[in-house]
Amino acid sequence: MNATDGQPEVFAIRDCAMVALATGRRAQNLKELRAELQAVDTSSIYFHFWGVLLQPGFEEREYNNDFAEWVRHQLHDPVLAERLGVIDPSDYGDLEQLRAELCDAVETRLDEREIIAWSLPDQQFEFRRSQIVVFRTPDSIAEPADLPGAIGHMSTSSLFYHFIDARRRVPDGTDDFRAWLCQWGEEHRPLIDALAGVDPYFTTLVDLRQRLAALCADQLS
Amino acid sequence: MANLMAEYATIAGADVVSHLRQLAEPLKGAKVVHVNSTRSGGGVAEILHKLVPLMVELGLDARWEVLTGNDAFFRCTKHLHNGLQGYPVALEDADRQSFHAASAENAERLRALLEEADVVFIHDPQPAALLDLCPNRRGRWIWRCHIDLSHPHRPIWRFLRPFVAGYDASVFSLASFAQPLPHPQYLIPPSIDPLSDKNLELPEAEIAAARTRFGIDPERPLITQISRFDRFKDPLGVIAAYRLVKRFLPNLQLVLAGGSASDDPEGAAMLQEVRDTAGADPDIHVLDLPPDSHRCINALQRTSRIVLQKSLREGFGLTVTEAMWKQRPVIGGDTGGIRLQVVNYHTGFRVSTPEGAALRIRYLLHHPELLEAMGTKAQAYVRENFLLTRQLREYLTLMRALDNHGSDRIELG
Repeated sequence: MNATDGQPEVFAIRDCAMVALATGRRAQNLKELRAELQAVDTSSIYFHFWGVLLQPGFEEREYNNDFAEWVRHQLHDPVLAERLGVIDPSDYGDLEQLRAELCDAVETRLDEREIIAWSLPDQQFEFRRSQIVVFRTPDSIAEPADLPGAIGHMSTSSLFYHFIDARRRVPDGTDDFRAWLCQWGEEHRPLIDALAGVDPYFTTLVDLRQRLAALCADQLS
Repeated sequence: MANLMAEYATIAGADVVSHLRQLAEPLKGAKVVHVNSTRSGGGVAEILHKLVPLMVELGLDARWEVLTGNDAFFRCTKHLHNGLQGYPVALEDADRQSFHAASAENAERLRALLEEADVVFIHDPQPAALLDLCPNRRGRWIWRCHIDLSHPHRPIWRFLRPFVAGYDASVFSLASFAQPLPHPQYLIPPSIDPLSDKNLELPEAEIAAARTRFGIDPERPLITQISRFDRFKDPLGVIAAYRLVKRFLPNLQLVLAGGSASDDPEGAAMLQEVRDTAGADPDIHVLDLPPDSHRCINALQRTSRIVLQKSLREGFGLTVTEAMWKQRPVIGGDTGGIRLQVVNYHTGFRVSTPEGAALRIRYLLHHPELLEAMGTKAQAYVRENFLLTRQLREYLTLMRALDNHGSDRIELG
């Protein structure tokens, strides 16, 4: 999407899908969770925060990451579940910092408790990772004025690709929409700043789509 | 079989078909061979019946081969199957010999085809030994495990593991099913074919005919479990649940319908035990259906208010998916792939005991509006996640990924 000859390129809308892989790492209690969190590849941590958005499930989740869900429902530790649930990956510069935050939370809880809780053997935490495949679509966005309608009609997986996955691809951790709008000059700075203020973590993809479309419509009107 | 994709586009969406074509484009002409142990009966055969033609329509040179073997071989592989799911079976020397002998015979027959293939999918333990018997293979070999391997009887896993460790990748339905192996382990749940006789819409007359055929009263509620007669499906637990509910809802009817796959020697014994337990209750219908009873099963699921799948151990549980596709909430055992599909209060209920099943049956029959809402949600959930097109997409992704040197990102354009 880089501008060529001074002219912004058309925004090519992509779609994506994930396929999950086992890492072979599992945890049945907090000590094991701590040990595996320290050792597992950061791609697995990413998956258990963001990848769940593309996995089968219903929009309503008690917590927004797999770690908090497991701690709550399999270790029956609501205290740690809440502490893990409030961790927002957007607040951390990179996945290593996020890993450190997770480990600190688990370590603190281990210091507080004298009894180690165990999950059932068939309810262990399974560390997974994913591969993403990116598809072409016939759709594109010619100019910023088309953004509200285009976002409103995007699939949730397209939205994931352009607004969440983009942060791993685009320099400075920005999303595809902001990166594209930057090519159009400073007149769109208010919209760029507004998009930067949207935290995708504490919402569903469906709600996020609605919110982004409304934001774009509001700023561009 | 022409224009299969056009048919799937009307159900799964045009964008789904577009994704499949994009993934398959560089794979056109690739020789792909699937090998399993039976062409009829069981979920694997059902999937392959359409998966392979779909691959062909996408331009892959795909084919499906089936093992041949004698009774001794299939007894051995049934032991393997049970043992891998945790049952403490013993594998005698005679069993091992019949396994090796049948593997060698099948390798002799299939070697040329398999060694020439670009990709080979080996389904479940029965054909697993073929890898080492094809030393001049040139393609990628993938071991597709459809069963729950989370807590195998260790001697049985020790026997099988050497045969599968050498594969280029393996596929499990759930993360908890995976065992440590020295290659990538993909997590790809199976799926249903919405266009098959098992799942397509049926005329009301055909559904009514099934009721008449089996003596089911359309005016009274029916609950159904459809599965092979297998200890892990807990048909006796279903009868126990039915009897608990019957005390409060005397007009309840139960259908237990199943059949035998050609590789399942224990089915007859289990069937007899179920019949003995059902006794003379005229409202319990125990049906031993031939392997090709797809439309009949379809009709039974559609005529039921609730479908049960009270498994004690389950690989994935495609009968759950089928029922959900037909807008029936499912009361399922809290195990295996049922956990991925049955979400309490959304698509059904997960239970651990006959008492739990009875409780949920009574609850749903008492709240028909909730029963209907959950059925609608269940169908949407299957459309989004468990149709054959999704599984095919993931198999194609796996094939592309193996050629992508393990990269986490595959860009198609």
